[in-house]
Amino acid sequence: MVHQYKLDGYDIVLDTASGSVHLVDDVAYDIIEMYKSRSADEICGEICAKYPEVTRGDVLECLDDIAGLEAAGKLFTPDDYEELAGGRKAASRVIKALCLHVAHTCNLNCAYCFASQGKYHGERALMSFEVGKRALDFLVENSGTRRNLEVDFFGGEPLMNWQVVKDLVAYARSIEKDAGKNFRFTLTTNGVLLDDEVTDFCNREMHNVVLSLDGRKEVNDRFRVDAAGHGSYERIVPNFQRFVAKRGGKSYYMRGTYTHFNTDFTRDIFHMADLGFTELSMEPVVCAPGDPCALTEEDFPVLCEQYELLARDMLRRWREGKPITFYHYMIDLKHGPCIYKRITGCGSGTEYMAVTPWGELFPCHQFVGDPKYSLGNIWDGVTNTAAQDEFRACNAYSRPDCKDCWARLYCSGGCAANSYHATGSIGGVYDYGCRLFKKRIECAIMLQAAMETESEG
Amino acid sequence: MKRIKTLETRDLCASVKNGGCGECQTSCQSACKTSCGVANQPCEKK
Repeated sequence: MVHQYKLDGYDIVLDTASGSVHLVDDVAYDIIEMYKSRSADEICGEICAKYPEVTRGDVLECLDDIAGLEAAGKLFTPDDYEELAGGRKAASRVIKALCLHVAHTCNLNCAYCFASQGKYHGERALMSFEVGKRALDFLVENSGTRRNLEVDFFGGEPLMNWQVVKDLVAYARSIEKDAGKNFRFTLTTNGVLLDDEVTDFCNREMHNVVLSLDGRKEVNDRFRVDAAGHGSYERIVPNFQRFVAKRGGKSYYMRGTYTHFNTDFTRDIFHMADLGFTELSMEPVVCAPGDPCALTEEDFPVLCEQYELLARDMLRRWREGKPITFYHYMIDLKHGPCIYKRITGCGSGTEYMAVTPWGELFPCHQFVGDPKYSLGNIWDGVTNTAAQDEFRACNAYSRPDCKDCWARLYCSGGCAANSYHATGSIGGVYDYGCRLFKKRIECAIMLQAAMETESEG
Repeated sequence: MKRIKTLETRDLCASVKNGGCGECQTSCQSACKTSCGVANQPCEKK
């Protein structure tokens, strides 16, 4: 499938099945648009009429180039991967990543929290070391030949169960060599308890750390408040700054959520940059349509403008030698994911699962607490195979709306939880999220194209 | 080519043969935790 768009002076043509990206001029852009539906004579006629300076010979030369790209598998490449997607996922029983809910409790009381202030609509609880240890053993036992195993310490607020986090890391390190595995730990924290001891440990052991901040003080403190209703900004920003200063070159993300109340979210991203943070992520809120936080149809064009503004500003910062990273604009065109990664979906419910403080398994953190999607437990494994099969069936081709979508090999079918919350089915499509995703990919590729073009001089 | 510049990209068709080791990061573990995107995950194969 070919997708064409114009953005910030760049005419971009994506050949989605091959992953090719072409930068073209206006003439080639129009010719490619007509290539499959018109004859060479018709195309020559139309182009020469629209562009008086262009000759018939010019058009024929361009048509030859297009034919060459098609023959080389870089344009109009057929997407023949559907069978591969279903077959591969049906055959695999490997689990390689767990989201460990070490604390179903939180020291903040964020109004928009999908986990209902860390409790996931249930009781407050902390994971015991024994449960966590069994979860790590369960992961090793089910990981097949995979070497890299990912464990995210999540909550609630995982630092409220800090000793168990440290003990679990020590246990994993004690078994990984003999098991032939490499544990990669991540931790997602609100920063309230991020002191020097936690910082030093995380910087030694955590492959990645996600720091939750929504941006400007007034934006962050609108929702990210403690039990008494006091904003968290003043407490957490210095902790995050100390943490990142000692992080060295290791991976981290400062991650925020934007809502209807801050559709000018780039100001929050730039605020993070002003505070000295460079690895940034900002996610659109997902909530019930009637919720005051919910993004509206009127917000949509504003958000698209914001994403364009962000790309432009990132280009400016890059030119000035002070680049920032935005998670959704990271696209490695040369060494990015292979086709298998792109077609098999996010892995929730199959190779990735969430574990509650009691050792219950769910397809991912977003489904925790929903009895319909309780998959089993870390002692008996997956017993609700019917629910797991629903997730196993999810891939880049499984949703009817994805059939003619150019972005499916960038999102792999999208987030099952978003689909579920928006449509009541994991097989549905969260249309608003899809449209935002497509806008982000367009901006991301434009940014890559601009940087590459300018690098070449 | 006068009017078309092709950027260097990974050939997805070729990756049917040379991809699929499964060692790359689970996309949701990295930063987002709410909106899946796979295109920004680096390949583990060097």
